[in-house]
Amino acid sequence: MTSKVFKDAKAALFDMKDGASVMSGGFGLCGIPENSILEIRRLGLKNLHAISNNIGNSGRGLAWLLKEKQISQATCSYVGGNPDLEEQMLANEVEVTLVPQGTFSERIRAAGMGIRGFYTPAGSGTEVAEGKESRTFDMPCLLELPLTADFAIIKAQKGDAYGNLWFQETARNFSPLMAMAAKVTIVEVEELVELGEILPENVHLPGVFVQRIYQGADYENTIEIPVFEDQN
Amino acid sequence: MSVSKNHWSKNEMVDQVIEMLSDGSSLNLGIGIPTLIAQRIPPEKGIWIHSENGVLGVAGRPTPQSVSATLINAGKETISVKKGASYFDSSMSFGMIRGGHIDVCVLGGMQVDAEGSLANWMIPGKKVTGMGGAMDLVHGAKLVIVMLTHFSKRGEVKLLHRCTLPLTGKGVVHKIVTDLGVFTPTGESFQIEKLAPGVTEEQLGIPDGLLSLAK
Repeated sequence: MTSKVFKDAKAALFDMKDGASVMSGGFGLCGIPENSILEIRRLGLKNLHAISNNIGNSGRGLAWLLKEKQISQATCSYVGGNPDLEEQMLANEVEVTLVPQGTFSERIRAAGMGIRGFYTPAGSGTEVAEGKESRTFDMPCLLELPLTADFAIIKAQKGDAYGNLWFQETARNFSPLMAMAAKVTIVEVEELVELGEILPENVHLPGVFVQRIYQGADYENTIEIPVFEDQN
Repeated sequence: MSVSKNHWSKNEMVDQVIEMLSDGSSLNLGIGIPTLIAQRIPPEKGIWIHSENGVLGVAGRPTPQSVSATLINAGKETISVKKGASYFDSSMSFGMIRGGHIDVCVLGGMQVDAEGSLANWMIPGKKVTGMGGAMDLVHGAKLVIVMLTHFSKRGEVKLLHRCTLPLTGKGVVHKIVTDLGVFTPTGESFQIEKLAPGVTEEQLGIPDGLLSLAK
């Protein structure tokens, strides 16, 4: 049996090339695959299509790649809080496609689940509807199509050799969906655990969706906006 | 048009929204002024606060000891959760919204119009924040409330006959809470539900033909 376990980011990203489409998990900086992103920066890959809710934030995460001009195309739902992206978007250096967040997550889920298209009201009557097939059910809806990618890079708190994953708190967000949707899913974990250590009923993403997994290192786990009780 | 001295504070605006919430309802809060609501809801109302990044049961803020990098709200701010809270992925989170399981959402806005349309995600050529989850929320939640200051910093009224900025949703807003009053867009006009103490209709900066009184 070939193992899914790789030594590190360098070993796991061995075949990623210029021009690849890459889904990257995380909401803001919460749950981002830090090691894989830094490896892409080290490899100096260019002309990437990044698919991620925020494309980094506050100068970190995928913004590390924006700063090196490695991303030419971005599909996301939110630019606020990411000055690197807003600047390169308004200067036409990165082609940005904004997708309503629920449509974004559902298009990714659809790709992984074999759904060929779905209708949703989000975006009807707005610029998002331009060029899209619409149909009225109880209300006007837009046809939205699956969103896939060459690679998904995601991070989980715990994972085992088969790729079963467990996410901590709100770090789950888009990661399991992206794992289902991409051709090759590369997972980095804070803790690579023995098979069975994540109880079957606690598996958030079954390993069948994962192609490669490695133990990550040196996590920053940046808190973007710390707000504490006494500041209320 | 200058901003009236008689107006509600942000906390007083928040209290107007809280009055509209039924006990035990599920509530999604947008980025900006709406996040202040989480801290002012009386716990006995039993409200379940949803944040679209994947949590139901938000409850205030952590302490420096309990803070966690993996526990945030949609504004990327650290939060804490109450007993009975749950975490889930983004697809389930938006399924809760799209599927009509979230009772109320409160969003910020740049413009809102008499038809109940909202603009809150971009100013062409100047500023782009993106729509985030707002386009899903305005169609999914049973009650859509927009909270915004009545006038922009440049003194322009934000309640218009028709929005001039790119829309977030068309005919989707049920209630509007500004620092001057509470309004219902009826299609043709803004029905005045309540005005802040001392505020007159003339101070609203809305043409007479666009105002109506609650029946």
